[in-house]
Amino acid sequence: MLLAGQTTSREIIESVATSISTKNEELGGYLSSDLERALIEAEAADLAGPLGGIPIALKDNINALDHPCTCASHFLENGYLSPYDATVSTRLKKAGAILYGRTNLDEFAMGSSTENSAFRQTRNPHDPERIPGGSSGGSAAVVAADMAVAALGSDTGGSIRQPASHCGVVGLKPSYGRVSRYGLVAFASSLDQIGPLTKTVEDAALLLQVIAGGDDLDSTCIDAAVPAYVANMSDGVEGMRLGVPREFFADEGLDPAVRTQVEQALAQLESAGAELVEIGLPSTSFAVATYYVLAPAEASSNLGRYDGVRYGQRVDEGSGVIEMYRRSRAQGFGPEVKRRIILGTYVLSSGYSGKYYLKAQKARTLIQRDYQEAFRTVDAIVGPVSPAPARRIGKFADDPLQDYLADVYTISANLAGICGMSVPCGYVERGSSQLPVGLQILGPHLGEHTILRVGRAWEMIRDGE
Amino acid sequence: MSESQSEAGPEIDVAYVAGLARLELTEQEAARFQQQLGNIVAFVDTLSSLNVEGVEPTAHPAPLMDCFREDQPAAGLQRDHVLRNMPDSALDQVRVPKVVDS
Repeated sequence: MLLAGQTTSREIIESVATSISTKNEELGGYLSSDLERALIEAEAADLAGPLGGIPIALKDNINALDHPCTCASHFLENGYLSPYDATVSTRLKKAGAILYGRTNLDEFAMGSSTENSAFRQTRNPHDPERIPGGSSGGSAAVVAADMAVAALGSDTGGSIRQPASHCGVVGLKPSYGRVSRYGLVAFASSLDQIGPLTKTVEDAALLLQVIAGGDDLDSTCIDAAVPAYVANMSDGVEGMRLGVPREFFADEGLDPAVRTQVEQALAQLESAGAELVEIGLPSTSFAVATYYVLAPAEASSNLGRYDGVRYGQRVDEGSGVIEMYRRSRAQGFGPEVKRRIILGTYVLSSGYSGKYYLKAQKARTLIQRDYQEAFRTVDAIVGPVSPAPARRIGKFADDPLQDYLADVYTISANLAGICGMSVPCGYVERGSSQLPVGLQILGPHLGEHTILRVGRAWEMIRDGE
Repeated sequence: MSESQSEAGPEIDVAYVAGLARLELTEQEAARFQQQLGNIVAFVDTLSSLNVEGVEPTAHPAPLMDCFREDQPAAGLQRDHVLRNMPDSALDQVRVPKVVDS
């Protein structure tokens, strides 16, 4: 990401535009883009900023003034132009970045495959018959396919890290409260975080530097100092203690080829001076169930605002306001969104909320404690991102539960509020395709500098730097 | 609300719950979701065997409580930005079906 005279903002944008015009029809990473406007903004770009003149793609659930924000939903498909900038959009613009493109996602960020987009399927650049992952599948695919320099996504149960792993790019989920959620269309307010998807760990650190920090507009955003991430990332892993959770490597469920890639990376980290320490995260066995109570519950509340009144699609057949709500929502939402709203409503409903929602909140405490305990003895935790490489599109069409179960390694980080990153660590052969595998690095709350350090060290080992 | 105990698992009455959520479902949707959500509820029901005695609930994972700021008026959204997204508007206001019966 150098603008040091070797190229110009205009040239970068033109290169992105060419790439989009040749690849987006097949890969479908973008839902919309406005390269002409970007070129105009490039002329006036403040190159002195940390992202001066750099085009950054946004997942289509992050508001940017006058841009669409479809959330890949029919509900917001037509005629919604953002009336405001998300805080991350404001910060990117202030740093000189140019916002030009909106990437595809699972509808309202619900999913792990981008199959739940109401508009189109995004395809994995490494094998177009396979998913890019989700829900930030568009952001991961455009970075992987050189259709973008970098992108922002959002992660509620793994939605940055898993697509990053499937597409072979870097994806970082900050700690809860590290980055403002103001302007991110809310899915689960106690789990959501915005984060970068990039080619390199350094680029992720740069983007995080720009977007992190306190915000008066988001009372869940923590007003803690933002360290100088880039300056302190290259210290290497010598002397670091890296926890290896035995539950993440249990025989059942983890694809042997994925295990091999991850274990090889761990061995190389050990040779570089890290100490590998086996740890236990027993709450792994109930993390997915906990999430699929809490996240749908919060979503059912957050998606109550889509009622056809003030924005989005309204279906008014003259039979009164309740029917307007019922029909607008029925026609605006896709099946996965409906399922989660119903599930969330159920676990919050009278007679059931104690059994499910309150119970899950207590389970969440146990999950958070497991990580707090672990980080007393290790600096970071390492393991796989996903039990298998990218699956074929359509494989679990009738059985959403199978996709839920595959969230097992990423999901507890959101419940605990800690930070995590996926860095490419190898490939798995499937047929004639080489499918990327990510190494997941988890760090304590506000420990992004630690996971960036491990990630950068791994990159240097991997690339023989 | 149905309370049949025909199988060991819990029963979710999808049509009733969808009504609570102001979601109209087709018959096919209701049937398909009944089956899919039945499986999912059975799965999350594995939490029922978890021992959480003496454990406090966690509502959100950051150590933040009572976050206040000064109540100072500031510019809000621009009216025309908001109006342009409205499905139906008049006199600079959103127009909706009648809510109160007179």
